[in-house]
Formats: sequence, C-alpha cells, structure tokens
Amino acid sequence: MLNAVEITNLTVKYPDVKALDNVSFVVKEGDFLGIIGPNGAGKSTLFDSMLGLNTKYTGIIKFFDQDIKKSKKYHKEIGYVPQKPVFEKNFPATVSDVVRMGLRNESDENKIDEILQQLWIHELRKRRIGELSGGQLQRVFIAKALVNNPKILILDEPVTGIDQQSIELFYSILRELNSKQKITIIWSSHDLDAVNQLANHVACLNRTLFFHGESKKFFSDDDLVKQYSEASMQEHMHHH
Amino acid sequence: MPFEILTYSFMHRALISGIAIAILCSVVGLFLVLRRYSLFGDAIAHSSFGGIALGLLAGVYPLWTAYGVSIISALIITKIKDRYNISGDASIAVLLSSGIAAGLVIISFSGGFTIDIFSFLFGSILLVSVDDTILILALTGAILIVILLLYRQILYSTFNEEQAKVSGIPVEKINYLIIFMAGITVVTSIQLVGVLLISALFVIPNVTAIMYGRGFKQTAIISMSFSVFSVVVGILISYIFDITPAGTIVLLSIGLLGITMGIKSAGLLSKN
Repeated sequence: MLNAVEITNLTVKYPDVKALDNVSFVVKEGDFLGIIGPNGAGKSTLFDSMLGLNTKYTGIIKFFDQDIKKSKKYHKEIGYVPQKPVFEKNFPATVSDVVRMGLRNESDENKIDEILQQLWIHELRKRRIGELSGGQLQRVFIAKALVNNPKILILDEPVTGIDQQSIELFYSILRELNSKQKITIIWSSHDLDAVNQLANHVACLNRTLFFHGESKKFFSDDDLVKQYSEASMQEHMHHH
Repeated sequence: MPFEILTYSFMHRALISGIAIAILCSVVGLFLVLRRYSLFGDAIAHSSFGGIALGLLAGVYPLWTAYGVSIISALIITKIKDRYNISGDASIAVLLSSGIAAGLVIISFSGGFTIDIFSFLFGSILLVSVDDTILILALTGAILIVILLLYRQILYSTFNEEQAKVSGIPVEKINYLIIFMAGITVVTSIQLVGVLLISALFVIPNVTAIMYGRGFKQTAIISMSFSVFSVVVGILISYIFDITPAGTIVLLSIGLLGITMGIKSAGLLSKN
C-alpha cells in the first residue's frame, strides 16, 4: 500500500508555545484515521499545515510521496470539509452553486447531481445555502469536497449545531466512502465511541503524538484510554 | 415627440455607454458587495479625483491619469492593509480621504475649480464622445471576458478564501485582480454618474438582487437588469425633464430597492 500521507518531525512554534512538537506519522492509502485530542491539542494546527494554510512549520509533509512545499499537485487529491463553514449568511448561492465551486473540470456537470444524490441532498439543490440546517450544510460541504473524486478526504468535525439524525447519517456516509469507494479518510473528532466504531487507526494528539496505531489496540488498552481521558479532562478543566 | 430623442446620436452614445457601464458595475460590484468591500468603489472613485486633478493640471486627458492613480493607489492600499493588518473599512477611509486631499491641493495649484471638475464629480453621460464610447465598450468587454474565464476561482475565493486556498486557487492573485478590475470599472463609470455617486451603481442593484433569494447567476442577471433599467430610464427621464442624469439614475435604483423591500416584507419573496 502506498503512503497517502507521511508526516515527519512536524513542529510548529508560536511565539510563546509549541503548538506541535515533533509529530511523525504515516497514513496508508485506504486507511481511516481518527484524530483525537483535547481542545488546544494542535489538531487545527496539524490540519492547517497539511492543507497549506500554515506554511510556518519545520519538518516534512508529504501526500503520495510529494512534499507539499515543493509540489502543488497534491491539491487535487484532497477534499477538505471545514469544522465551521464560514460564509456570508445571505450569499446568493444555491447548494448546486456551492458544490460547483469545488468542481475543477467544469464540463463534469453530471457529477454534481450524482454526488448530491449520493449524500441525500439532491432535493435541496436549488435552495439557498443560508437556509440550510447544520447537518444539511455539513453534507453540502462534503459534496463539494468529493466532487473532484479526491483520494483523501480530510474532515474537521463540527462540535455543535448538528442533530443526532444527521450525525448518524454523516457516520454512515463516512463508512461507505472508506469501505466502498476506498477513499482515505483523516477525521478529527471529539467522539471517542464514534472513532472506535469507524476508524481503523487512531492518532491521539496533545501537542506531541501521544499514540498512533490501530484503533483496536488503543481502545482495548484501558490504561491508554484512561490516560487520554484524564489528559483530556484536565485540559477541559483548565479551559474553564 | 418623446421618441424623437432616440434619434439623436449623442443619445445613442449615452445609452450604449450607459448600458455597458450598468452591466459592468453590477457584475464587478456583486463581488465587492459579497466581499464586504461595498465602499471600496467609493474609495477608488475619490482617489481618482486626485488623478483627474493631476491630468487637468498637466494638460493630459484627465481620465488617463485617473486610471493610473486610482489603480495604483487601490493596489497599494490593499498591500498596506494586508501587511499592517489594517481593517477593510479603515483602509477605505485612508484611500478615500487621501485621494480627495491630493486632488484639492493639486486643484489649488492650478487656480481653483473649473467646470471640468464638476463634470467629473457629477458625471456627464450626455457628453460622451465616440472615442469614449469605444473605450467604454472595449473595457467592459475585456473585464467581462476575464470574469467569465476565471468565474469559478473568483466566485470560490469570494465565498470562502480559506477553502479556495485549500483547493489550490491562488487567492491573493485573484484578490489583486478584483481590485485592479474594480479600479478600471470605477474610472470608466465616472462619465456616467461622476465620482460622488459611483458606489451606488456598485452596491444598490446588487443589494436589491440578493433579496430575491436566487442562485449566483440569477442574482447577477437580476442585478444587471435592474442596473440597466435604472440607467436607461434615468438617462431618458433626465433629458426629458432637464434634470441631472446621475441623481436620477441613482434615485431610480433606490426606488427599485424600496419596492423590493416592500415586496419582501409583504412575504412575497422567500425569506433568507
């Protein structure tokens, strides 16, 4: 199996703190990696660096053996779903318009309908983007990320504003994308149970990489889970 | 009798230039409005005032100097804004006042206000020459072609810069391109409504069209239609009643906005 992602000694320093300290891991093609970690653990910094939004890092980030600082080709292999899709509330764009923005090859118009159907939002295609619920919006942004047939899907899971039914649907969509369409998924989540059910690999981040390996191994090791939960809890208390 | 005015060649030039400018301003303006840059057109227009004064002083055709000065100052202010992290509205205020200030100083060097300055401040669409009309059509065509070619990139980076960047769109370059096109559009439109009312052409038809709750292309078409309607009817009414075209055009588009708001509050439009 090819390495979809290879991160070596990734360090990001802010003036007063190290956001990421010497993080290294590999994601094989076809993997489903769940990234967990308390608030402020550096998950956003990791994603920003991988996505080319933060270039002030040391270390190497590679997608399919290509260093992202040296080649721009990797953009087309990645679909990204942001945690909070930020846009003007009254932006005059329909669901189709938004998905079309992601489409590189504009002659592939059929692809839009196809992906909307696959994600159960085809009937919303003419609705304005500002009128949708959190769960619907999330699926629209997944559709936009998938419309170019990326090999890797990177998702920053929203913490609030999505109803239970949409969360279930979201999980089943992720499972299908990974198992049937063989898309490599890198998914940051707060829900340990969901990560346990869906991901076959876990990266547990708290500025440094606390654990990385098969999720079976992580979740069957009570000490690890306990340590993680305690670290997470401390961080949580610290934030309050 | 009222149709007689349609036979005058100055009226043909005015209407053709007016329609081109109406379409151009509504398209470029839609991107500015959605980027929360509504007043940027105004700021460029005010900085072009400095350029016009410079042209009048130097004895050069004032619109040429206006193009130069306003495009350069718009690009510089954007660079400064990014570099020193100044907010959008503050950078607009800086650009706006420095253009007027420079213009006033230059004008006092050249011996005070002249009739020429007034025609640039308030527009003079009925006086456009054949050469002006050709230039307006050429620039409108060129900018619309650029927008059509880069439509997805411009729309995506307007919608969300970060995501556009992730998908490999050169967002900074697109931003400068939009500023550049806005500079050209503003100076081209000075002949229609003058320096003082330009932002009305950029903003009002778009704010109106956005209320109709449609997709992007329909919104752009609605905006263009309103803009063309205001300009054509405004030019005709102003000639018939001998009033200023610039003011009439802007009041008409404000009227369309008012009617739209009325329709919307009556619940006849989908709510957003």
